[in-house]
Amino acid sequence: MTLLLEAKGLDLKFGAIAALDNVELDVTAGEVVAIVGESGSGKTTLLRVLAGQMAPDAGAVHYLGRDVLGMTEAERRRLMRMDWGFVHQNPRDGLRMGVSAGGNVGERLMALGARHYGNIRDEAKAWLQRVEIDAGRIDDLPRHFSGGMQQRLQIARTLVTRPKLVFMDEPTGGLDVSVQARLLDLIRALVRELGLSVLIVTHDIAAARLLADRILVMRRGQVVEQGLTDRVLDDPQHPYTQLLVSSVLAA
Amino acid sequence: MTEAGYNFAYLDEATKRMIRRAILKAVAIPGHQIPFGAREMPLPYGWGTGGIQVTASILGPQDVLKVIDQGADDTTNAVSIRRFFTRVAGIATTEVTGDASIIQTRHRIPEKPLTENQILVYQVPQPEPLFRLEPHRAETRRLHALADYGLMHVRLYEDIARLGHIAKAYDYPVMVNERYLMSPSPIPAFDNPKMHQMAALQLFGAGREKRIYAVPPYTPVRSLDFEDHPFRPIRAPHACAICGSTTSYLDELVTDDAGGRAFICSDTDYCQERQQAPKAAAE
Repeated sequence: MTLLLEAKGLDLKFGAIAALDNVELDVTAGEVVAIVGESGSGKTTLLRVLAGQMAPDAGAVHYLGRDVLGMTEAERRRLMRMDWGFVHQNPRDGLRMGVSAGGNVGERLMALGARHYGNIRDEAKAWLQRVEIDAGRIDDLPRHFSGGMQQRLQIARTLVTRPKLVFMDEPTGGLDVSVQARLLDLIRALVRELGLSVLIVTHDIAAARLLADRILVMRRGQVVEQGLTDRVLDDPQHPYTQLLVSSVLAA
Repeated sequence: MTEAGYNFAYLDEATKRMIRRAILKAVAIPGHQIPFGAREMPLPYGWGTGGIQVTASILGPQDVLKVIDQGADDTTNAVSIRRFFTRVAGIATTEVTGDASIIQTRHRIPEKPLTENQILVYQVPQPEPLFRLEPHRAETRRLHALADYGLMHVRLYEDIARLGHIAKAYDYPVMVNERYLMSPSPIPAFDNPKMHQMAALQLFGAGREKRIYAVPPYTPVRSLDFEDHPFRPIRAPHACAICGSTTSYLDELVTDDAGGRAFICSDTDYCQERQQAPKAAAE
């Protein structure tokens, strides 16, 4: 298995608060890794540091052996366009709200040099269908879509260039339970089909169990426990993980 | 003669030097916007303050100036800028494209091909082609630096998706020297092909936005398009009502209250030359 992303000794302080405290992490190709923990535990900060959007105080991040933090802006953006994808919690952050659904999906293709309108449109239509959006809505603006549809559109827009590694920040946040379930199902199917590696941040233990191969549990900027999903959730070792698992509501 | 109390060509020498430096930088990096300290000029923003400052900085006593506004030599803007330079620089002016050494223009490129001995100065209201697509100037500068122009194609994609064709008929974005995306100022898309490999130096001045950019002679200038929706220079499908030209860019005029319309050349000098040519041949 090739090591895709590797982080070592990440430290980051916001004033007196340690957002990241000596965090180590690696993601191998084809693997889905979930980062769980309560609000303020440093999950999203970790994701942003790993994606090179934020510089840590100390530590190193390598993607396929390349130093992510030492990259120039141009190299990082090229990576972000070609090899990576980022799915935001709020679809408004990831979509262009004033651009049609088709334009949103096509933007990454055009940024990579696609210059054939018909092909771009066909690809956009195919992707809309893949994420269960009626292809007839290709010219509608995202602001006329429901929250779940916006999130699915964001996923289509991110995956259209077939990235190797996708960062997801609470992709199911703010959606109602039935919509969440369908979205998780969709993400799971796409991940398997495309062989994606995914780093997903969530506070939803159930979502983590459904999607992830491995889980990292974070608390106060530290990774307190990590291991295979079923092992961590069925046999939690750290007191905090035990608390987290026991506080999941059974329906 | 120049008006007493004014420096030659209105601007003081230090300002001219600053603007010339900006122009040199602009020529060195075709299509790249260079900031400069635009001065207050004795006319409002939007009337050509940028173009006037560029013209004033490159003007010499031997130059012959032509000023056109929407192709015409006889409109307010053109007449007053010509008169301005006659007063403050005492230079000769002309309406004949071929006789001019500097042509300041608003919204058109003359129909007659320009030569290596001429300079075309454009008045530019909005130098940033990504304006309205990306609200932050810091970000548009970064996009230019990284040649990250997917956004402009999204805009063109949206036009085709909604209207079936690219709707931009003027200020149609161009790629200069295959590197910088550039706004050609609000010239009709019809004029875009004339910028490609033009023999004359093209200078662009935006006074309010304080930017100067340039296209040196013989530089490739390509209008953006899609493979299956190629760029089309749009022209009204008529002949000029005065000179009969079927190849020049036409203005549509309302001639009466009964819906009467006439199409005439927007380039007045070109039209006049064509009217006189048959007479000259007959004599």
